[in-house]
Amino acid sequence: MSSTLLLIQLLNGIQLGVLLFLIAAGLTLVFGVMGFINLAHGVQYMIGAYLTVWFYGMTGHFGAALLLALLAALALALFLEFAVFRHLYDRDHLDQVLATFGVILFLNQAVKVIWGPTPLVISPPEFLAGTFRLTENLNYSIWRIAIIMIGFTVAGLLWFLVTKTRIGMLVRAGATNAGMVGALGVNIRRLFMIVFGFGAMLAGFAGSIAAPIYSVEPGMGDGLLITAFVVIVIGGIGSIRGTFIAALLVGLVDTLGRSTITDILKLFLEPSAANQIGPALASMAIYILMAAVLFFRPEGLFPAQGRRA
Amino acid sequence: MKNLVSVAAVALSLAAAPVALAKDTLKVGMIVTLSGPPGALGNQARDGFQLALEEMGGKLGGMETEFILEDDELKADVAQSKARSLVEREEVDFVVGTIFSNMLAAIYKPVIQSGAFLISPNAGPSTFAGKNCHENFFVTSYQNNQNFEVLGKIATDKEYRKVFMLAPNYQAGKDAMAGFKQNYKGEIADEIFTPLGHKDFSAEIARIADAEADALFIFMPGGMGVRFVKQFRASGLADKMAFLSAFTVDETTLPAQKDDAVGMNGATNWAPDLDNEQTAAFTAAFEEKYGYIPGGYAMQAYDSAKLIDSAVTKAGGVGDKDAVRAALEAADFTSLRGDFSFNNNHYPVQDFYLLEVVKRDDGKYHTSIVEKVFDDYADSYADACKL
Repeated sequence: MSSTLLLIQLLNGIQLGVLLFLIAAGLTLVFGVMGFINLAHGVQYMIGAYLTVWFYGMTGHFGAALLLALLAALALALFLEFAVFRHLYDRDHLDQVLATFGVILFLNQAVKVIWGPTPLVISPPEFLAGTFRLTENLNYSIWRIAIIMIGFTVAGLLWFLVTKTRIGMLVRAGATNAGMVGALGVNIRRLFMIVFGFGAMLAGFAGSIAAPIYSVEPGMGDGLLITAFVVIVIGGIGSIRGTFIAALLVGLVDTLGRSTITDILKLFLEPSAANQIGPALASMAIYILMAAVLFFRPEGLFPAQGRRA
Repeated sequence: MKNLVSVAAVALSLAAAPVALAKDTLKVGMIVTLSGPPGALGNQARDGFQLALEEMGGKLGGMETEFILEDDELKADVAQSKARSLVEREEVDFVVGTIFSNMLAAIYKPVIQSGAFLISPNAGPSTFAGKNCHENFFVTSYQNNQNFEVLGKIATDKEYRKVFMLAPNYQAGKDAMAGFKQNYKGEIADEIFTPLGHKDFSAEIARIADAEADALFIFMPGGMGVRFVKQFRASGLADKMAFLSAFTVDETTLPAQKDDAVGMNGATNWAPDLDNEQTAAFTAAFEEKYGYIPGGYAMQAYDSAKLIDSAVTKAGGVGDKDAVRAALEAADFTSLRGDFSFNNNHYPVQDFYLLEVVKRDDGKYHTSIVEKVFDDYADSYADACKL
């Protein structure tokens, strides 16, 4: 493998990691702070993407569409919190899984009814739509670089928010012992609502910025949700720092695994056998990583401090 | 007393009426995938069949036709129970289905065991083409491998010396690779299998760029094709190498791929601009009614309806199964494809074409015939069939 190929794969891996981070950040906060398993989090990603396409069709301006999509995704998340999720906080995890799974089915179908089953596409904003020449044969999309930069910026802001502000302090306290925070006079319900809305909005944001490189279709968030769960388990539940590092790790392992495992196997095996085993092994790579992390550090790489096991 | 008798007679005749009606009514059940993103394919099949039915005044073979539509949800157990309900409860005469080969495998046994005729408007697996062929099973599309074999022939004819191959990692993807290699004699730069439902092709595209091949052979159905074409176009590679695809750029994906797909090649048995009268009329009527351009899925379903119509007409009803079967085998209808006949295994013998994606003046996209690659092409499993 040439060095440029390796460079491209590194960029791709980081870009996937950044998207995973945006989805997993909300998931880890909601799970860490509220102890609430929200399978419908991946649907928020899909909703973000659809809303962006929809508003883009109305306004013709990507930035405006992004902003409107974020607000609409937030509104939808708060509505869902009010109508469905709020009633599940005190129930056990099985009830939460069942109810949020129902929300997935409902929203996937709703999206299909409204926008149809065929995938939709959208272009990135014009000044970022171009490509630059990476090698003689290959152009690389500027938008992918933009995603990486946006992701790092959001990660920085989030880190600041969680570690340096009062609301962040409450969130961290909530992640450690929600009952105690409530007893100290903090309106824990409102804190939950803010965390939930914010997390869902981040997932919607990920959907918005991913829309120009992937296709927008019903169920697009379901696969990513599973990967996002892998990320928060590796990173340590409730920890933003852990989630960020785990997301990049998972993005890189997944991308590099897919491009190198088959080649490595070809050194030892027949090409046809390598082609059989390689892709299967590559899809397992992140789960093997997760199993290894869990074996050595059952709490994840960076568990939220003081959190009860 | 006399009155009572006449009332009873009226009551009896009323009660008998539905039975008498049932005998003039033909029942056709359709099982296709209508949910999820692959639902776009099933929608085309449904619309194509219904258009044919409507054009014939709701009658097939002169019989009032009851059309029952079912969604297999792309789940084998759902497909199977829907098929059972069609043949056992509804007692349909024909089952038309399915889009996907694994769904066909699920409904095949219950339908065939019931004695109903099974007509596949799309799925054409090798499983039922060879020694497992059945007298009541007909395929109006193609044998699955054929489109890939045609692409292999094209690559050889155009003298591409080095081809890069890309397909999803499941049975159809492996069949695609094998089918292509059957007629392709040049060098293979590399073959890559991606996970099914793959999102980001940048890693694969980087490798394609690195390989410096003359052509790309690709099988990426549905949303995967939409994403790939977009990312491939953005990478700048589309201008540097030939793009030979099957089920990757077609009328179900083009509304999303738009300009990115223009100029890319595919291969199959038909395109909406095939030069014959019936296709021109069909395409116009279909667009008028449903507002989008029909693809192969719609065409094959339309042909399936015409096939049933011709067979029921010829056999004078569905009472005599042997007569209906013989009439189906004769395929005495005007196919949108022009030349069409059944092989001994009940899979079609037909022409195959090289296609190219074009943009029409009104801004819509469709595949367009470039040239004929095979004349009366039959599949390679028919010899093993004892029919």
